[in-house]
Amino acid sequence: MLKKIVEHSQIKSPWLVHYDCGSCNGCDIETLACLTPLYDVERFGVLNIGNPKHADVLIVTGTVNKRNKKVLKQIYDQMPSPKIVIAIGACGLSGGIFREAYNVVGGVDKVIPVDVYVPGCPAKPEAIIDGVVEGLAKLSEIQKAGKPKKEAIAS
Amino acid sequence: MTLVYALLGVVLAPFAGILVAGFDRILTAKFQSRTGPPLLQPLYDIAKLWAKEPMIAHRFQPLCVYIYLAAAMVSVALFFAQSDLLLIFFVQAVGAIFLVIGAFLVPSPFSQAGANRELIQILTYEPLIIIVLAGIYLTTGSFNISAIYAMDKPLLINLPLLFIVFGYALTIKLRKSPFDISASHHAHQELVRGVLTEYSGRMLALIELAHLYETILILGLCSLFWTTSIWGMVVLLALTYLIEIVVDNISARMSFRWMLKSVWTTGLALSAINLIWLYSGGRF
Repeated sequence: MLKKIVEHSQIKSPWLVHYDCGSCNGCDIETLACLTPLYDVERFGVLNIGNPKHADVLIVTGTVNKRNKKVLKQIYDQMPSPKIVIAIGACGLSGGIFREAYNVVGGVDKVIPVDVYVPGCPAKPEAIIDGVVEGLAKLSEIQKAGKPKKEAIAS
Repeated sequence: MTLVYALLGVVLAPFAGILVAGFDRILTAKFQSRTGPPLLQPLYDIAKLWAKEPMIAHRFQPLCVYIYLAAAMVSVALFFAQSDLLLIFFVQAVGAIFLVIGAFLVPSPFSQAGANRELIQILTYEPLIIIVLAGIYLTTGSFNISAIYAMDKPLLINLPLLFIVFGYALTIKLRKSPFDISASHHAHQELVRGVLTEYSGRMLALIELAHLYETILILGLCSLFWTTSIWGMVVLLALTYLIEIVVDNISARMSFRWMLKSVWTTGLALSAINLIWLYSGGRF
């Protein structure tokens, strides 16, 4: 019973932390647009929390470069599990048009394990909300499988 | 019998608190032309935080959180046992200080800044609450809650200005704008989460739970201003909370200097007027 309430709550209350890995701000603006009255992600219990220690979902936009990959890793490590990572936009997925630049590492998944990829340049707010919902579906699959959450998500 | 009331209060207060907080969030969303979260969202948040992986920033932090929660629970129990108002107030104050100590233990600048601001908030509202309690004493002749219930006229008639003063303390205690300076949801770059930054997972869940207790306690104190009829009490509480939400939505977050200046000058002036009026025997 108690376990069911907790599992239900984990799906119903995802708190986001948003990290911009040097995006052009296109995806950032679309991400923050999800919080406006038009999309209102608080319907799903989503809060933009700004503190990795309180967050469940890490949203990363932009290319990862050699400077900020340490910061990205550190933010990921500061989040207590269960946690999911969502990479947003062409740059977050693969490096986008900056992929061949000398300072670019590539997509977010080169540094931390990514659960959901949201494509687009920039990704639409609808797509981002869909990405978060997909991420929560993945979390509930992990709960059903009963695997230890930390390893299951990290793989 | 008082023990039964106290236990009942401690058991039921979190549920009432969840409903109040959920209703608050829905109403806030409506004011911003959004749909808002489900009514039980605070419960979901607490249950989720409870199941997070523990990350303790300092080994004494859990102790501080437990004392904060225990103080909040004891003060609610004392309130429902119709005990001494001063006792309730001091027990609650001890808890509030331990939350600050827990934040000071960690050298993170956000936690430190938030803890400093929380201390100034406590410094701002505690004298006001003491003055309100003094006003209640001048009216009823006792600090006991049962003495208030023995009155045949509501306190609000004798203490209208002190009720406004109490409203200031209520806003600070509920962490609402313009006084949400220590742990704002919205000040990401400036504060992260202020005094709550370094608490996470289960500790944060307990803090949220303690905050629900404090909300119920402060609404309970508010209800003492109309004890003669249950409907009067309900209307007073609903109106006060509605005004709190409206003020929260229409005002920006201000600085602590502004808070100290405005709350102390208006608060102390209003309470002085009310107390002088009471002292000179101006009673209906």
